Amino acid sequence: MAVKAKNQRMILALLAIVAIVGAALLAMSALKDQAAYFYTPSDAKRDHVEPGRAVRLGGMVQKGSIKRQPDGVTIDFIVTDNVETVPVRFTGIVPDLFKEDSGVVAEGSFQADGGFVATNILAKHDERYMPPQVAGEMHKTESLEPQSDQQKGQK
Amino acid sequence: MIAEAGLAALWLAAALAALQLVLGAMGVASGRSDLLAAVRPIALVQAGLTAVAFLTLIWLFVAVDLSVALVAANDASTKPLLYKFAGTWGNHEGSMLMWVTILAVAGGAVALFERRLNERTLIATLAAQAAIGLGFYAFLLFASNPFARLNPAPIEGQGLNPLLQDPGLAFHPPTLYLGYVGLSVAFSFAVGALVTRDVGAAFARAMRPWVLGAWILLTLGITAGSYWAYYELGWGGWWFWDPVENASLMPWLAATALLHSVTVLATREGLRAWTVMLAVVAFSMSMVGTFLVRSGILTSVHAFAVDPRRGSFILALLAIYIGGALALFALRVGTVREGSRFDAVSREGSLVINNLLLSAILGIVLVGTLYPLVAEAVTGEKLSVGPPYFNSAAGPLALILVLVMSAGPIMKWRRDDLKLTLMRLAPALLLSALALFGLVLLSPGIRILPLLGLVAAAGVALASLAPLWKRNLRRTPLYIYGMVVAHLGIAVALAGMASESAFNQETLVAARVGEVHGVGPYTIRLDGVEPVAGPNYTAIAATVTAQRGDNRPFTLHPETRNFPSPQTETNEAAITTVLDGQLYVVVGKSDDDGRWQLRLWWKPFVTLIWLGGALVGFGGFLSLIGRVRREIRHAPPRAYI
Repeated sequence: MAVKAKNQRMILALLAIVAIVGAALLAMSALKDQAAYFYTPSDAKRDHVEPGRAVRLGGMVQKGSIKRQPDGVTIDFIVTDNVETVPVRFTGIVPDLFKEDSGVVAEGSFQADGGFVATNILAKHDERYMPPQVAGEMHKTESLEPQSDQQKGQK
Repeated sequence: MIAEAGLAALWLAAALAALQLVLGAMGVASGRSDLLAAVRPIALVQAGLTAVAFLTLIWLFVAVDLSVALVAANDASTKPLLYKFAGTWGNHEGSMLMWVTILAVAGGAVALFERRLNERTLIATLAAQAAIGLGFYAFLLFASNPFARLNPAPIEGQGLNPLLQDPGLAFHPPTLYLGYVGLSVAFSFAVGALVTRDVGAAFARAMRPWVLGAWILLTLGITAGSYWAYYELGWGGWWFWDPVENASLMPWLAATALLHSVTVLATREGLRAWTVMLAVVAFSMSMVGTFLVRSGILTSVHAFAVDPRRGSFILALLAIYIGGALALFALRVGTVREGSRFDAVSREGSLVINNLLLSAILGIVLVGTLYPLVAEAVTGEKLSVGPPYFNSAAGPLALILVLVMSAGPIMKWRRDDLKLTLMRLAPALLLSALALFGLVLLSPGIRILPLLGLVAAAGVALASLAPLWKRNLRRTPLYIYGMVVAHLGIAVALAGMASESAFNQETLVAARVGEVHGVGPYTIRLDGVEPVAGPNYTAIAATVTAQRGDNRPFTLHPETRNFPSPQTETNEAAITTVLDGQLYVVVGKSDDDGRWQLRLWWKPFVTLIWLGGALVGFGGFLSLIGRVRREIRHAPPRAYI
């Protein structure tokens, strides 16, 4: 058990380096599996996100798509980026500013059938208190709003 | 006039900090006693002036002086008095002024009270403290002046973020800031000791109360912040691995490691270079936390301003101080003598493992917190790192850490025997085995991590009392009690976390008035929903009757509040605490059928989480009193005043 006295400092320093490097490697490998990426419906179609992986889905809530289920706490709606659409199901209390034709970011995962089950909904809220990541995602989705107006105009 | 006086005091304090740095550095270099003697009074006056500036700002907020831009943007005459007062630091400039005030006052306290440390090392420490202060004075005066005027003054202020309008605002930020900035003293001591080549037991003993104090406050601040988020957000969770939470956890992890390594240095003259390194890392984490929270890089309820200039300014300060300290460390580490040796199986050995595990957890949290920011800056890719990462990467390490914690305190310094240690732990191991058996029998579906958590908590709770075994309890020094209570607190908190995670029950329903639903052992009836008016908000309040078995029913009033300025909605959960847990009720939206969404949780023993946190803090406090009493008894008569 006795460590050779001469080398003790070296051994401690090496241990420290091993611990830090090990932690960093562990962290990087866990990150690869568990960082949640942001997808628009088009991204999701193109990249074939594997079911069950934690991701964020951002886009517009399609007009007329919000359907409340009889249990009163589950809603179905469709997220669109005007190219592709993804059906989303969410059980819980939606935020105040969640409404049709407006930006939304859903946290959750894709199912095997291509639908998305959200565990959390972030809606456009007071931007003074919004994480920039979400705000950025919201702006991305917001840029879709004028387009949808144009489409309406064309119809 | 009052605002200008505050600003003048701040400028004067900055000038004195510059003087403190220059005279201190010259004094340390030349050894001239007149220069050395000048530094302590300067540090005291500097602290006084900064305190005056901060009190001035508090006065402006309480008096709602709307001609001051900061007050106009964050205060309102309609706010209750408590939030006018606490609102002083509920914004960017005010909170930075509080930061600097604590920094200067901590420096002043070192100047006033430190008696045992070599004078040159002490003056070098005060000069380092002034150097940190200068950077933050510059930040305040050039990039975040809290006293800037607004012309013309508006008729009414814009108010305070409703999420912050809670008694917690008066307690949580000052506590955390005291902890953050208290670590600056440890940093300055480390720099001072490196400069004068004086890294030894005296340095460790001088630094220890500061580390302990900062650590106690961080512990309490994090515990309070966790409970605040738990009841204010209405999400039923107590820790979200949000970057701002991590910003407070990282300094705590580093301070916990430092607290243990400084003990090795003070008692056994070991781990010298490592302790100095940790002191630098701990305050670096405080500054990383400040950067994350205050730069606007994460806009959360904690980040008040999005001004890129400010972010770059703090980042520059961060680079200068951390880089400077690490460079000094690299230059001087060769002159730090190697400490006394010890066996791998010994008290020191267990503390080394404690330090390595804490550092590894710190690394994991740091990587997870910074990765999304770096990834977005480099590749433009947007991603978020959440609980699955942190729980799976840090959770197992934390469990091992807790096990080492139960063995460490009963091991002998220098050299011990593994078999004997295990035999001393036999009762704890037995209790763990019983807990494992009981849990698997009673709740077969329990998940692995909560199961291990509960099993470990049972054993660790008993093992944490082991240092008192066969001791004369009245003769046992207070700091031993402190350690025992703090370690017991960890076990209690762990039990709460694991229990909440394993046995949490949730019901989410849309209920008509009069309907009855159940959660855990309770039946819940929705009696009605009514609008109510608060002092500066309107709300809808539900009346809910809860009953457990045949016990007397009681009512709860969860609310959803609507604040007009700024326009925000908050959930006020109704929480009832009983001996074995908490009932947590949130009211949501109504639908077209007149049903109201109700979210009900039964959280068995969840309160143990914060009770444990408070115990940890209390243990630290006992230890601090014990140490300080001992220092005073052994201190030489030389005192500054």
